[in-house]
Amino acid sequence: MSVLQQVLANKEAEVLSAWIAEQASDRTLQKGGSKSDALKEQSAELLGALREGVQQGNGEDIQAPGWTRTREILTDISAHLIKRGLTPAEVATFVFSLKRPLFQLVQTATAKTPEVLANELWTTNQLLDRLGLFITEVALESREKTISRQQTEMLELSTPVVKLWDGILALPLIGTLDSERTQIVMENLLQEIVRTGAGLAIIDITGVPTVDTLVAQHLLKTVAAARLMGAECIISGIRPQIASTIVHLGVDLGDVSTKATLADAFAVALRKLHLMVARMPHSGTSTE
Amino acid sequence: MERIPILKMGSFLLVTVQVDMHDQLAMNLQSDLTDKIVSAKARGVLIDISALDIVDSFIGRMLGNIASMSRILDAETVVVGMQPAVAITLVELGLALTGVRTALNIEKGMDLLRASIG
Amino acid sequence: MTGKGEILPLRASEDVVIVRQRVRALAAQEGLKLVDQTKIVTAASELARNTVIYGRDGTALLEAVEAGGRRGVRLTFEDRGPGIADLQLAMKDGYTTGGGLGLGLSGSKRLCNEFEIESKVGVGTRVTITRWR
Repeated sequence: MSVLQQVLANKEAEVLSAWIAEQASDRTLQKGGSKSDALKEQSAELLGALREGVQQGNGEDIQAPGWTRTREILTDISAHLIKRGLTPAEVATFVFSLKRPLFQLVQTATAKTPEVLANELWTTNQLLDRLGLFITEVALESREKTISRQQTEMLELSTPVVKLWDGILALPLIGTLDSERTQIVMENLLQEIVRTGAGLAIIDITGVPTVDTLVAQHLLKTVAAARLMGAECIISGIRPQIASTIVHLGVDLGDVSTKATLADAFAVALRKLHLMVARMPHSGTSTE
Repeated sequence: MERIPILKMGSFLLVTVQVDMHDQLAMNLQSDLTDKIVSAKARGVLIDISALDIVDSFIGRMLGNIASMSRILDAETVVVGMQPAVAITLVELGLALTGVRTALNIEKGMDLLRASIG
Repeated sequence: MTGKGEILPLRASEDVVIVRQRVRALAAQEGLKLVDQTKIVTAASELARNTVIYGRDGTALLEAVEAGGRRGVRLTFEDRGPGIADLQLAMKDGYTTGGGLGLGLSGSKRLCNEFEIESKVGVGTRVTITRWR
């Protein structure tokens, strides 16, 4: 039986209280809620799993089946700490804070045999380092997942297709367009065209600071695709700077209709539907 | 032999393509339609492809041929209901279907035919 | 790279329809978006037809592939036909020897992420395309 095994088996309560005290004094972990009961419970659980893992003699290969429970608990703890706003590096300090209490007890147990001490400290240290790296990785992964989810949400949020009139849709584009976003936005528009049966769509790029070749090509392809479906697109809000870029890039806008402002495009769209806007005769004083 | 049905509605012909056409079936449709335009004295042809989940260059060419042939026979052709994914793919493939008129659905296709025939 | 493939014969124009349907099923199973499914199915249709028209004893191999955490669909069209003498010319938009639109090779290249063609006169032609999720 290794010393670490003995310490975890016989002095679990002692390790736990020392560890919790260690956590409570750590500023980073205070932010993670080290004084809360939730984290204390999770710490106790982790220590139990650690004891079992060491007992089963799985060594330091923390991917081995004997460490499954430990990995699960670490994943839960990581989620908890990330939610509290800790960075992945800060999450790792949770595992590293176990080092001092554990080392002290290992040291006490092997005080009379320095060679054993060095050896035991090394294996304990290695195990905790690996667990620390594992929890960092888990934390990073969950953060990446959050970021990609937010990106998708943002894409959806930032691209509303609005109905201006029966048969007229508008897509006001705002912000920088990259190739991926343009593609998603355009697919969205074409789907809305089918859903609403609107024969006219205005793509307004007033809020787009720059247009590169790829984006310009995506715009043109969308116009072409809409035409194949039986709908017509008008591009509005092309600022002089973008117009010169488009010409400079050698992109041929062909017979795509363009208008300076969204209002101009709307007027054209109304005319195509044989509609007109008229002033009401003397409506000002008629509400008596 | 397998055939795609052609319906006559007044002076218009309506074809709804609902099966994944193999090439021979597409060729048959092309010749059946031209025959029917003449025999029915049709002034317009509506081809509804809303159920097609792809249009490749062969079917694209067939649509183009039908449009040109019907024009020679004094009938207008309108292709209706192309799905967005199909349209995006056709553009990428490099097929613009120039000379083919399109509409979002059968109703709008009818309007287009009525307006152009007068 | 993991591949569990399915081999389909390409001898008659009906075979093209079967290839389209099987590619659609595979692309959907691998989680490709509708637009990407449509692109690979269309490319498959073009290449399968080429194989039927120009090749002999043609086959299509359909595989699910994975690389660097990405999943995708890989299709290989192979025949023992006359081969293509001038690949560069054959890849040009509008070039055809079969009376088509000449968009089969060039167009299907634009519809996928990876495109590879090998051909030997008198031996045959192999085209491999991949579309990633």
